[in-house]
Amino acid sequence: MQGIYLTIVLAPLVAAVIVGLFGRQVGRTGAHTLTIAGVGGAFLLSLWVLKVHALDGAAPFNATLYTWGVVDGLRLEVGFLVDNLTALMMCVVTFVSLMVHIYTIGYMHEDDGYQRFFSYISLFTFAMLMLVMANNFLQLFFGWEAVGLVSYLLIGFWYTRPSAVFANMKAFLVNRVGDFGFLLGIAAILQYTGSLDYREVFAAAPTLQGQTLSVLPGASWSVLTVICLLLFVGAMGKSAQMPLHVWLPDSMEGPTPISALIHAATMVTAGIFMVARMSPLYELSETALNTILLIGSATAFFMGLLGIVQTDIKRVVAYSTLSQLGYMTVALGVSAYSAAVFHLMTHAFFKALLFLAAGSVIIAMHHEQDMRRMGGLWRYLPITYITCLIGALALIGFPGFSGFFSKDALIEAVAESHLPGAGIAHAAVLSGVFITAFYTFRLIFLVFHGPERFREAAGDSHAAHADHDAHDHHGVHEPHESPWVVTLPLILLAIPSIIIGAFTIEPMLFGDFFRGVIQVSHAHDVLGEMAEHFHGPWAFLLHGFQGPAVYLAFAGVASAAYVYLINPAVADFFAHRFALGRVVNWILLHKYGFDALYIQGFAAFGRGLGRYFWQRGDVDLIDGRLVNGTAQRVVAWAAKGRTLQSGYLYHYAFAMLIGLTAMLGWMLFIR
Amino acid sequence: MFQLVLFYAFSAVLIGAALAVITARNPVHSVLFLVLAFFTSAALWLLIEAEFLAIVLVLVYVGAVMVLFLFVVMMIDVDLAALREGFNRSLPLGMGVVLLIVLELSVVLGGSGFSGKGGPVPLPEGGSNIRALGEVMYTQYVYPFEIASVILLLAIVAAIALTLRRRPGRLVQNPGLQAKVRPEDRLRILKMPSETRD
Amino acid sequence: MITLSHYLMLSGVLFVLSVAGIFINRKNVILLLMCIELMLLAVNMNFVAFSRFSGDLAGQVFVFFILTVAAAEAAIGLAILVILFRGKGSINVEDLDVMKG
Repeated sequence: MQGIYLTIVLAPLVAAVIVGLFGRQVGRTGAHTLTIAGVGGAFLLSLWVLKVHALDGAAPFNATLYTWGVVDGLRLEVGFLVDNLTALMMCVVTFVSLMVHIYTIGYMHEDDGYQRFFSYISLFTFAMLMLVMANNFLQLFFGWEAVGLVSYLLIGFWYTRPSAVFANMKAFLVNRVGDFGFLLGIAAILQYTGSLDYREVFAAAPTLQGQTLSVLPGASWSVLTVICLLLFVGAMGKSAQMPLHVWLPDSMEGPTPISALIHAATMVTAGIFMVARMSPLYELSETALNTILLIGSATAFFMGLLGIVQTDIKRVVAYSTLSQLGYMTVALGVSAYSAAVFHLMTHAFFKALLFLAAGSVIIAMHHEQDMRRMGGLWRYLPITYITCLIGALALIGFPGFSGFFSKDALIEAVAESHLPGAGIAHAAVLSGVFITAFYTFRLIFLVFHGPERFREAAGDSHAAHADHDAHDHHGVHEPHESPWVVTLPLILLAIPSIIIGAFTIEPMLFGDFFRGVIQVSHAHDVLGEMAEHFHGPWAFLLHGFQGPAVYLAFAGVASAAYVYLINPAVADFFAHRFALGRVVNWILLHKYGFDALYIQGFAAFGRGLGRYFWQRGDVDLIDGRLVNGTAQRVVAWAAKGRTLQSGYLYHYAFAMLIGLTAMLGWMLFIR
Repeated sequence: MFQLVLFYAFSAVLIGAALAVITARNPVHSVLFLVLAFFTSAALWLLIEAEFLAIVLVLVYVGAVMVLFLFVVMMIDVDLAALREGFNRSLPLGMGVVLLIVLELSVVLGGSGFSGKGGPVPLPEGGSNIRALGEVMYTQYVYPFEIASVILLLAIVAAIALTLRRRPGRLVQNPGLQAKVRPEDRLRILKMPSETRD
Repeated sequence: MITLSHYLMLSGVLFVLSVAGIFINRKNVILLLMCIELMLLAVNMNFVAFSRFSGDLAGQVFVFFILTVAAAEAAIGLAILVILFRGKGSINVEDLDVMKG
C-alpha cells in the first residue's frame, strides 16, 4: 500500500516538475498529456484506496515514510495517515483536479503560459495531497503553505495585470495572518504535548483539559482553547472566514480553472478538513466550538448578501463559495464534523461545476465577465446552461440534488445543537438558504435568460477589452458552445452533483464511515440524535419538505425570477429609491468596509510604519549615520591626516627632529 | 696646554665654518665652508691621535664627496632668491627645537660622568693607529668591510643608472659594426656587355 | 689637557648648528644635504672621541663605515638632485611635492 500512496502523491509532482522545467521541450500537447496522466493515475489509485478503506474495511494506514531530521528529541517526519476521511479527500481532490486539467486544455489554449499553468495545477494537486495525507503537523503545515504558494502563483498567473498582482499579494498577506496563528497553534501543541504526530497529540489531548496558560498577565486561558482557536485562525485564513475572507473574491483575478480547483473545491476547504481532522482536540473545548460556530454563521450570512450585488459572474460564485464555507464552519461548530465534510464533498463537485460553467460562459463571451452584458445565452450554450442549472440547483439545495442532502443535514444538525450560539447560527443558515437561492438564480437569469444584452454591449465592451481580446475586429458575433474538453468536465461534474448526496448520506453522516476518525463527545453528538429518526435517503427527502429550508430556497428562486426576469425595475427600486435601500446597497457594494479597513487601515499603517523606519532607521540612521557617516568621518579625518603628508621634504625632516627631541626629552626628564 | 690652545682654535674655526655653512647666501660658499669644517675636524681628530680617520675624512670627504657637492652646485643654476624666501618664517620653531636640544645635551653632558678627567688612552709603544685599525678591520670586521664595498658599488651603479639618459635621434657611430663590415656589403660588381663604337 | 667633554661639547654645538641649518635652509635641497653631512660629522666626532678616550677601536671602525655609507648617500642624493633639476628646472623643495597624500 505504501507504494500506492507514494505514487498517488508523487505522480502529480513528477509531472509538474517535468512540465515546469522542460515545458518548451515537451510542448503543449506533452504538457497536458503528462499532467493529466499524472493526475488521472492519482485519481484512479485514490478510487482504489477509497474502495479498500471504505468498502473492504481495511485498517487505517499510519506510518512514517521518511525521517527528515531529529532535533532535540523531536522527530521531523514525512508520513501518511490514510483513513476514510483521507481517502475521501484524496478522491475529491484528484477528481476535481482531473476535471480541471481536462477543462484547462480548452480554457487556456490561447494562452502563452500553457505549460506553466499545467505545471502549477499539477503541483497544487501534489501539495493538496500532501496536506490531506499528512500524519503530523509539520507535513500538514508544509502542505498548507505549499497550496498557499501555488494559490499565490496562480492568482497572479497573468502577472502583467496590476490587478492580478494586487490580488495575489493580498491573498498572500491575508493568508500570512492566518498562517501566523496556525504556526502558533502548532507551536503550542508542540510545547504542551512534545510531539507533532497526530496520534500522539490526540492521545495526549485529554490530559491537557485542565491546564491553563497565561499569555497576558492576570488572564489564564485553557490550553486547549488557545490551541484550538489558534489553529482555527489558520483555518480562517485558508478557508476565508470573516474577517480574513477578503482575499478570496479578489483571487478571481486568476484564470477560471484555478478558481474552480483551488478557490472553490479544494484549497479553501483545507481549513474545514483540518478542523475535522482535529476533532479530538476541538471536542474538548466548547469555547472554541462556539467561536467557530459564530464566525461560520456570520460568514455564511453576510458573504451571501454580498453575492447579490456583484455583477462579475465569477465574483458571484466566489461569494457563494464564501457563504458555503461558512456553512461548513457552522457544521464544525456544532460538532457535526461529518456533515461539514459531507458538505465539503458535495460542494466541491457543484461549486467546481459552477465555476467551470462560468468559465465556459466567459470563453463564449470572449472574456467578458460582466453579467449585465450577458443574457439569453441558454439558446447558444445548451450544455453549459443545463450543467450550470444542475450546479445551481445543487447549490440552493433543491430536493434530491446532492446539495440538498448535505445542506439540509447541516441545518438540522444546527437545530439540534445545544451550544449557546446555535440559535443565531440556525437563523443565519436558514436565511442563508433564501439568499443563496436568490443570488444563484439571479446569476442564472441574468446570464442565460432575459434579453440578449451582449449585442448592444459588444461594441464598447470590446473596445474596453481590446488588449485582452484578439477577436475585437469581428464586431458582434454569436456566442457558441465551448469545445468538448470544456463540456466534458461539466458533464462529469454534473453527475455527482446530482446523485452523490443520496448515495453517501447514510454511511457518511449516520453510518460508521468516520468511525475512529472523527471523534464527537456524547454531549455534542447532534448527528447521533438525528440518526435516531433517520430512515434512509428517501425518508430524509420527504422530511425535508416539512422544514422551512426547502420553501425558503423556492422563495429565493421565485424572488429572483420576479426581480430579474419579470420586473427588473424592482431591483433598481430597492437599490436606489429609498434611504434604507440606498444605505444597504452602499454597504454591500463596499463589502462592509473590510477592504477599506485593511487597505487604508492596516496596510496603510504598515506602509507608513515601514516608510518611517525606512526614512528614519534605514536612510537616516543606518545609511546616513552608520554607513555613509562612517565613510564621511574617515574621509574627513583622512583629509585632515593627509595634510601631514605634505610631500615637502623639510616637513618630514622637521617631524623627525621634533620626534627625536621629544624622545630624548622623554628619556631624560620623564623616565 | 699647547694642545688645549690648538683645540680651542680649531674648535672656533669649526664652529665658525659650520655657522657660515648654514647662513651663507651662496651655496658655493656653503660648500667651501663645509670643506673648511671638514679640514678642521680632521685636525681635531689628529689632536687625539686618530690619524687614519682624519686622513680618510680629508681624502674621501673633502677629496671626493665635497668635490661632488661643489660640482653639482656649480652645475645647477640655482635661483637663490626663491630659495632664501621664507628664511625667517620657520626660525622660531627652529630656534625652539634647537634650544631644546641644547638644554637636553647640556643635561646629558653636565650631569653625567662624561666629563672624564684623563686624556686619550695612549697608543702602545711602537704601534700606530692605522696599524691597530687595520688589524681589526681585516679580521674582526672583514664581513662588514666587504659589505661596505658592496654598498659603495651599489651607490656607483645607482648614481649612474639614475643620471644616465638616452636621447633619441642622436647620431652615433658604432665602431663594432664598422669593424665588421665586409666588401660584399658595400660593393656590387656588375657584369655588363661592353659598349662598341661604331 | 684635552678631555672627553671638550669633544662632546664641540660635537653637541656642531649638531645643534646643523639642526638649525636644516630649519633655516629648509628650501634648498643641497644645503639640506650639507647640513646632514655636518650632522654626521658631529656624530663621527663623538664616536672618535669616545673611541679614543676609552681605548676601544670599535668606535673608529664604526666611523669608517659611517663615512662609507655617507659617501654612498651623498652620491645617490646628488644623483637624484641632478635628475630632479633636469626634470623640473628647480631644486626648490616646495616644488617637490609629488609625494603628498
